[in-house]
This record gives sequence, C-alpha cells and structure tokens, in this order.
Amino acid sequence: MPSQAEAKKADQEVKHTQYSEFVSFAVTGQAFCLKITQIREIRRWSPVTILPHAPSDVLGVMNLRGAVIPIYDLSARFGLQQTEATERNVVIVVAVHGKQVGLLAESVSEIISINPEEIQDTPQVDSRNTMEYIQGIISHNDTMVRIINLDAVISAPEQVML
Amino acid sequence: MSGSIQDTFFEECEDLLEAMDEGLTAVEGGEHDQEVVNAVFRAVHSIKGGAGAFGLDELVGFAHKFETVFDELRSGKLEFDAALIQLLLRSSDHLADLVATARDGGTTDEAHHNVLIEALQKYIPEEEEDLTFEPMGLGGGMGGGFAPAPIVDDTERDYQIRFQPLKEMYGTGNEPYFLFQALSDLGEVDIKLNDAELPGFDAIDVDESYLSWEISLKSSESRSSIEAVFEFVEGLCELSISSDGDADDEADALAALNAAFGTDGDDAAPASEAPAAPFEAPVPAPEAEVSVKPEEKASSPKAETAKTEQRGPKPTLRVDLERVDRLINAVGELIINHSMLAQQIANLDAGDVRDVETELEGFKNLARDIQEGVMSIRAQPVKPLFQRMARIVREASSATGKTAKLVTEGEATEVDKTVIERLSDPLTHILRNAVDHGIEKPEGREAAGKDKAGEIRLTASHRSGSVCIEIRDDGAGVNRPRVKQIATEKGLIPENAELTDAEIDNLLFMPGFSTAKEVSNLSGRGVGMDVVKNAVTGLGGRINISSTPGKGSTFTIILPLTLAVMDGMVVSVADQTMVVPITSIVETMRGSDEMINNLGADGTLLSIRGNFVPICDVAGALGLRGASDQQPGVYLLVETETGQRSALAVDDIFDQRQVVIKSLDGVCGNIPGVAAATILGDGKIAMILDPESIIAASPAAAAFDTERRMSNAIAS
Repeated sequence: MPSQAEAKKADQEVKHTQYSEFVSFAVTGQAFCLKITQIREIRRWSPVTILPHAPSDVLGVMNLRGAVIPIYDLSARFGLQQTEATERNVVIVVAVHGKQVGLLAESVSEIISINPEEIQDTPQVDSRNTMEYIQGIISHNDTMVRIINLDAVISAPEQVML
Repeated sequence: MSGSIQDTFFEECEDLLEAMDEGLTAVEGGEHDQEVVNAVFRAVHSIKGGAGAFGLDELVGFAHKFETVFDELRSGKLEFDAALIQLLLRSSDHLADLVATARDGGTTDEAHHNVLIEALQKYIPEEEEDLTFEPMGLGGGMGGGFAPAPIVDDTERDYQIRFQPLKEMYGTGNEPYFLFQALSDLGEVDIKLNDAELPGFDAIDVDESYLSWEISLKSSESRSSIEAVFEFVEGLCELSISSDGDADDEADALAALNAAFGTDGDDAAPASEAPAAPFEAPVPAPEAEVSVKPEEKASSPKAETAKTEQRGPKPTLRVDLERVDRLINAVGELIINHSMLAQQIANLDAGDVRDVETELEGFKNLARDIQEGVMSIRAQPVKPLFQRMARIVREASSATGKTAKLVTEGEATEVDKTVIERLSDPLTHILRNAVDHGIEKPEGREAAGKDKAGEIRLTASHRSGSVCIEIRDDGAGVNRPRVKQIATEKGLIPENAELTDAEIDNLLFMPGFSTAKEVSNLSGRGVGMDVVKNAVTGLGGRINISSTPGKGSTFTIILPLTLAVMDGMVVSVADQTMVVPITSIVETMRGSDEMINNLGADGTLLSIRGNFVPICDVAGALGLRGASDQQPGVYLLVETETGQRSALAVDDIFDQRQVVIKSLDGVCGNIPGVAAATILGDGKIAMILDPESIIAASPAAAAFDTERRMSNAIAS
C-alpha cells in the first residue's frame, strides 16, 4: 500500500529532523546559526579581490579551488557595522541557489543540536532587515541564537548586484 | 528513461537533418548521383523510423512522403528539376520544423504543411497513394522488399523463426517483447526461449546477450511481412526464417536474407533497395558514458564505395559538454598550479634549482599542449551553422519576392561551440537584413546590370588568433543620405552633424534605428542591428560594416577563437591586480608630466607624437578611488570599435600572459567595466577589464566621444 509506505516515510522524516544540527557563530557580538547541511566549509579569512562598484556588504571575490565565489560581510548585510576583516575572522562557505557563496563572520562558536519545536518565531522588532533575514530564534545556554534565513540573505544570483 | 532515449533521438535528428541538408545542398549544386540521393534518403528514413517509435505521427507522415519522393528519385523513376529541388529544400526546412516542434512543443503552420504534402504527392506515383503508412510495415509497403518476390496467398503456413539478439540490440533500446507482440499480430505464435547459452551466475557478463528464441508462427502473411517486423533490428540480431512451404529452398532463402541484411545496395536489384536502407537506430554504446555516433554509413553493414567514404564525415565522439568544460577547468587549474609552483621555486632559497626549472618548463609545455588539445575539443566547424543560414536566406528571399543565393566559404573553420551557438541569432539578423534591405528586387538588379539573383557570400576564416566571419552582399549598399536623414529625424544625430561615410554606416548599429520604409515581416522592427552588435560584443568580438553604393555591403565580425583563455596584460590599478585584454591594446607607454594637457575642468589629454588622446583613469572609472588624485603612471593606448582612441591610466604594468577566463555570471551580475575574472599564479583572483565600457563610464572621455554624445541625444 503506497499510502502506508508514504506515511511511514514521512514518519521517518519527522524522526530524522527531530534534532537538527546547527553551527553557531558570532557576527559583531551577536550569535547566529546556520543549519549544518547548508555549510560547505569554513575557512580562515584571507584578503579578497575587490569587485568594482560593489555594495558595501559585498567584500569581493575569492578563489575556492578554481571557482570564483563572492564573499559577503554578514555584519553589514544585517545592518550592523562593517567588519574590519582580519586573520582571526572566518569565511563560512555555503551553498545557496545552486551557487557557493562565502559569508564573513567574526568567529565560529560550536555545533548545537536543536529540536525544531524549540525554535521560536522572531518577535516583532523595529528592524525590517532583521525580520527578513532571521528565520527564528532559539535559546541556547541562556543566550539567544538567531537562525539565519539563507535564501533571504543571499538573493538569487541575478539580483545580487541590483 | 524514455525521456533520455527521446533526447538521444533528437540529438540524432540534428545530425541527420544536417546530413540531409548537406545532401540537398549538393543536389542543388548539381550533384545528382546515387550516393547523394541515398544519403538524403537514409537521413529522412532514419528520422522517420525514430519518429515512428515515439509516435510522432505528423513527423512520420511527412517524412514518409518526403522519403517516397526520394525513393522515386533514386530508382530513376523521377528526375531532378529546378522546381523539384526547390520543393525538396522547402520540405527539408519543414521537416526540421516538425522535428523542432516535436521536441520543443508548439505547432507548425498547418496550411504550409498541407501545401507541401500536396506538392510532394504530385511526384509520388498513383499506386503509392493507397498504401497507408505503417512504420513497422515499411518493407512490405515499399513494393516488394526482399529478393524473393512475396507470394501473397491466403493459405496458412508454418514459419520457423530463430531469433538471437546481439548485445547491440539491447544497447539501442530494442525490446524482444515488442517484436513478439508484432509477430503475434500476424498469426498464431508459439515462442520458446532458449537459454542454453546462459552461463553460470558468476560468469555472467551483464552486457552480453545470451538468450535466443525459437518461434513458430502460423500465418497467412508473406515472409516479407515477418521480415518487416524485424526490420528495425536488422544487423543487430541473428535471424533465420524458414517455412515448411519452402523448406527445400531454405538455402536460397538464406542467401536472400544475407543479401538483404548483409550486403545490400549497389549490386542488389532496384526493387530491393527500398527496405535496404538500414534504420540507423541511435546507438548509445553499452558503456553509456560516451556514445559513439554511428556515423552515417559506418555502422551499416554495407560495402562502401571509396567515394562515399570520402564524403561521409569522420567518426566522431559525442560527449556531454559539461564533461569537456570540467576538463577545461581542470586544465586551467593545472596552468595556474604551474605558475604557483614556478613562483614558489623562484622564491625558494635553495641554491641550484636549475634542474627543477628545466623540468618545470617541460611541465609547462605539457600543460599548454593539454590545454590546446582540450580547447580543440570544444572547437567545431561552422558548417552546420552556415547550412542553417542557407535556409534563412531561402525563406527571406521567398518572403520578399527577391532572388538571393547564399554562397558559403571556409565552412571547415573551427570555432568554439559556445561562439557558434551564440552566433546563430546575429547571423540570422544580418542575413535577413541583407536580403531585405541589401539585395534589390530582380527588376532593380537587371536595371543596374547585375545578375537577377542576388548573391550573399558568407565566409569564415582564421585571422591572427581570431575568427573572422564576413557577410558580403552584392546589393545596393547602404543608402547613406537616407540613413543620415532617418538618424536626424529620430534625433540620433544633430541636424548639422558632419559625418564620414564610415560613421554613417555605423549609425545602423545604433539602438532604435531602422531604415525599412515599411515594416516587413522579416526585419524593420528596429531591433535589428544594435541587437546584433550587442550579441557580438557579448562574445568579446567586434563588428564592422563597409559599403560601396551600388556594389553592396560587407559585415565583418571578428571573434576570439575561444571564450576560455585569452592573452592579457597584467596591470595594477589602485593596489589591485587586473588584466586588460591584449587585443584591445594598441600600445603602452610611460607618461610624463609634459605629455598631459588639461582640457576644461576635468578633462585631460595625453599627447602622443602630436596627437591628443583623452585619458581615462581606470581606478576612477571603477570607483576604486576619486578621479581627482590621479597620478601620471602608465598608459595603455586602446582603440574602441568606432576607431576612437583613449589612453587608460593604470599604476603599473607587470606582465603579459595567457589567462583562463572565469565568468562572473551568477557570481555578482554585470559590473560595468569588468568583463570577467581570472585566477593568477598566486591563487588570487584578478578582474579582466573591458576597456570599451570603462571608457564609456569615464566622464572625462565621454566629452570626446561622439557616439556617446549621440546616445545622450536619444536619452534626452
């Protein structure tokens, strides 16, 4: 019976997603996190090639094993101050819209397991950027960790520069 | 799965249509011999066969009519004449349309379809008309088929059929079950599987074919009907058919079969030719990865004459483009890797490294060789593109009531595949324009003392590292007073502008320009030539027009050989390393204060041997620093498409080298002034600049650029 099989499969999926792993990191003092499956790798910051006429939150492009990938300053993207990138900062390479993109963060903290039921909706605050880019929040070790809505942070490639 | 088989079919169709076009072009050129006709027949027949398998009825129906006419031609019952050739050409165009429709959806012009069918019908003898077409029954339908003439009688016979598929048969997606099903339609069948040859489980080769079948069939159908069932797998199986009725003649029958399956063609009687053209099923080789194209006749079990071999294309390999691109990327990495190694060895304080350097040089040469080899995989002759263009000219001339002929030269010139693909639209535009605006009406041509039929010459050639494509018509040439008048009317140029002939000709490329007195179907929508220009510049190429009144116009398109590597000059701009394409640089020089002259508030001119050239600060144009703190440094003299010269001011020149182009598409959209990126020896990314758009973006240069002034006029 296909319906039974489907139900079983769905059931398994629920169980499977019960605990998702997230990587938490700091951006200008605030804690953010991304689902671990969205992250391809984490690299130490090294100077990038500047893109002419780029918006302030686009730091430039980097060579990732022969691929040219754009690097975004998450802090500037979130409307916080612009990051003065140093060797101690990290670039989180994520896959989004079928492309690889680097996100500059202050530092990576840890991997946390989150039960989806623990995720709280973002409370209404007076910052449109934040509302758009944050998918939800969770409490972890008594600190608030913001879950980034990657699709909103990195728009589809065609619109990035427009 | 069926989707991918269908894809293969359509890919095959493209090749077949190409072969058909090639044959028809030869026919048009006066070659009416058997081989040419056979080639076209085979192509059409194969398209029909494949289309039948996918139930594309319209395509099958049309291909059948088309093919039948060719069958008449090759059996000598019909002779070529001008009208027939025109009809065949139009039919081939329509067949290509039908294939495209079947692939992409949409509809074809039904009226046109019926007109062509009717026209083709006129060439088909009466008795053919009554036969309804069935793909599987073709052999029987074509009037007899195999050597022993079928004796049609109603008595039931017992046929014994032994059928052993070769492994290739499975490779082509044929399925014995369907063959048996077709057999069972003929009568009562009893099928026995013979698995005696099946080896043990551990010895089995999954790609091999071990099974055979013994089939006994009770049917009143003739032997040829049975053979027709197996027509699509002929050459792919071992087949023997015997019947109790002619058991004595078995040897004869086998001989006949061999004649039909093994060595048909030249020595066979004309009547047996029709079914003899073997269906060339798309053959995805069992390896699945790289499918070897069954190049035309190569796979047909047929004795070839030396002549056909010459004409037939070389054996080729069909490879997923993505694989080639991955390879190109990897080779690009290899070259970058070499530069990195070389740099590090140079930095190494290790005493005598001469040996290492020698080896490294060898490594470099090998890497270059590989790169060239890989690049040449992507290169393809422009022939198919040019063949498609013949059709454009044909259609354009019939739509405008003019007579024009396309002559192509240099079809073997190889160009990067992407370039070929993206050249199709611009060429179409130019050719339509040439017919619509260039070539005069037949009366006009006669009055001017020219041949009634216009000639458009499409030439491809390699010219010092680039590809040159030339479209030359022998029409009236650009009507300069008219062009200027229109440009003035449309406000593209000021009323009192004094323009040289070349400048007037180039007005054709301006957006919103159209000279057609009335808007015709073909061109005259005013989107023509500037779109062409954009497409060509998008490929990193240039387009020029030259024209002689009364003699015709020539469009010249110069394109880079490949889109993957280019020679660039590595420069530094505001502490960033950048690359300027070498093709656009006329000369380089170190500037001194005396050479710089101010003009107006912020215009600066560089004096070069008495000529003054506007200076364009690259850093300023790219927004990397204010235009004010420009320092005299190094100047790259560049020439734009319109022949204007500008001096690009950069901080320093490092090197000149070949760089691998990495597209920025999808990374960050379109950046004014930047064409692409590349990866340098140290692993850093450098922007490849587009001098043309840097100059356009530079305010200082704008004042000197008449074209710029013109486009401002449109904007206001």
